[in-house]
Amino acid sequence: MTALYQLTDLAQEYDGRRVLDLPALEIQPGELLAVLGPSGAGKSTLLRLLNFLETPTRGNIAFDGQTYTASQPPPLAVRRRITTVFQRPALLNRSVAENIAYGLGLRGVPNPHEQITALLERVGLDELADAPARTLSGGEAQRVALARALALRPDVLLLDEPTANLDPYNVNLIEEIIQQHRAATQATAVLVTHNVFQARRLADRVALLLNGQLVEIAPRQQFFDHPTDPRTRAFIQGEMVY
Amino acid sequence: MPGELTDIIALSLRVTGLALLISSLIGIPLGALAGLRRFIGRRLLMLILYTGMGFPPVVVGLFVYLLLSRNGWLSGLPTEFLPSLFTPAAMVFAQTILSLPLVAGLTAAAVMAVDPNLRLQVRALGASQVQAAWTILGEARAGVLVAVIAGFGSIISEVGAVMMVGGNIAGHTRVLTTAIVLETSKGNFDLALALGGVLLGLSFLANFALLTLQGKTLDP
Repeated sequence: MTALYQLTDLAQEYDGRRVLDLPALEIQPGELLAVLGPSGAGKSTLLRLLNFLETPTRGNIAFDGQTYTASQPPPLAVRRRITTVFQRPALLNRSVAENIAYGLGLRGVPNPHEQITALLERVGLDELADAPARTLSGGEAQRVALARALALRPDVLLLDEPTANLDPYNVNLIEEIIQQHRAATQATAVLVTHNVFQARRLADRVALLLNGQLVEIAPRQQFFDHPTDPRTRAFIQGEMVY
Repeated sequence: MPGELTDIIALSLRVTGLALLISSLIGIPLGALAGLRRFIGRRLLMLILYTGMGFPPVVVGLFVYLLLSRNGWLSGLPTEFLPSLFTPAAMVFAQTILSLPLVAGLTAAAVMAVDPNLRLQVRALGASQVQAAWTILGEARAGVLVAVIAGFGSIISEVGAVMMVGGNIAGHTRVLTTAIVLETSKGNFDLALALGGVLLGLSFLANFALLTLQGKTLDP
């Protein structure tokens, strides 16, 4: 099986401060890779690089067989196969339905009305279709952000702490939607989280990122039951590892 | 002077409206560029725009006067590209220079105030650079509207520039502000006051129209 992403010798620096240093990382098509780590470990930076939202200081990212570097960024059509749901749902100051339709509008999809209605039902917000997005609660807003991403049927869904700060009801709902979507589309997903339990519930493979470095990456069972690195063991047991 | 008055009002609106249109067409994209993109000379551009917000109209009038006069700085250029002095076109030219920095500078400030997370999210959803800029302008629409209103306010009320490059010629380049100056200097205070009232009324109506155009987007 050829990897969907192949990261080689990848490094990202902000003002000379190295926040990410990955000699190699592969992401397989169709898998859900959970990236664990404390805040400041470089998890969000990794997602921004995978979405080609910023260019790496060093190294390259191969996506679906094509290699991209800082001087050779991917064309818009490739970038549009990938999308991110961020920790804080950044909604446009428009109605709920218009927010969900936004990404489709960018791609010139005409009149996606039925699709929007189906998505609204799936995230349990069909009654709020015409409500201004700014009147939503945190959990509702995050479900809109997720529906907006799923509307694009992305080949890669990047999730940046999508359920941090949410109540158990919304966490459960969002995890269910993600799993349904994966079952239906075989989309690849990368989930960044500091929630060990969430990684255990959703992931096929799990990685631990610490200070911008990959400590361990393994299939879920092995990662949690037989971690090879003592820092992984400490992290999954809820001890501080810095 | 009823017929003359309508001419004066019509010319005021035409000159200021055209200048505002041109400075919005240039200033809003320029402001979005300055507010959203990093490029060499960006800080200098912002400095020029912010300085330009406080340009004294007479100085701009003098500058345009020297630029356009027959033996002026641009006299080597083919005349068909430049408006002649003492014409409404010259007044539009001067007022565009006055309102452009306001429209562009305030637009830049408005788009910079939009949540950077939203800018990132819009790109993550697959927006091209132009689509992203357009979306962010839409999010900053209340601020962009203020930019246009400020640009309008600065030129509908100014007298220095239109006086210098227009010359206050009756029936040709006389506008409300220059008429007020003239009537006041002649001692016709009643007429000057009435013209002032008309000017205030026009400004009120124009702003009312701009706000209505924006509809509900300014609702809290």
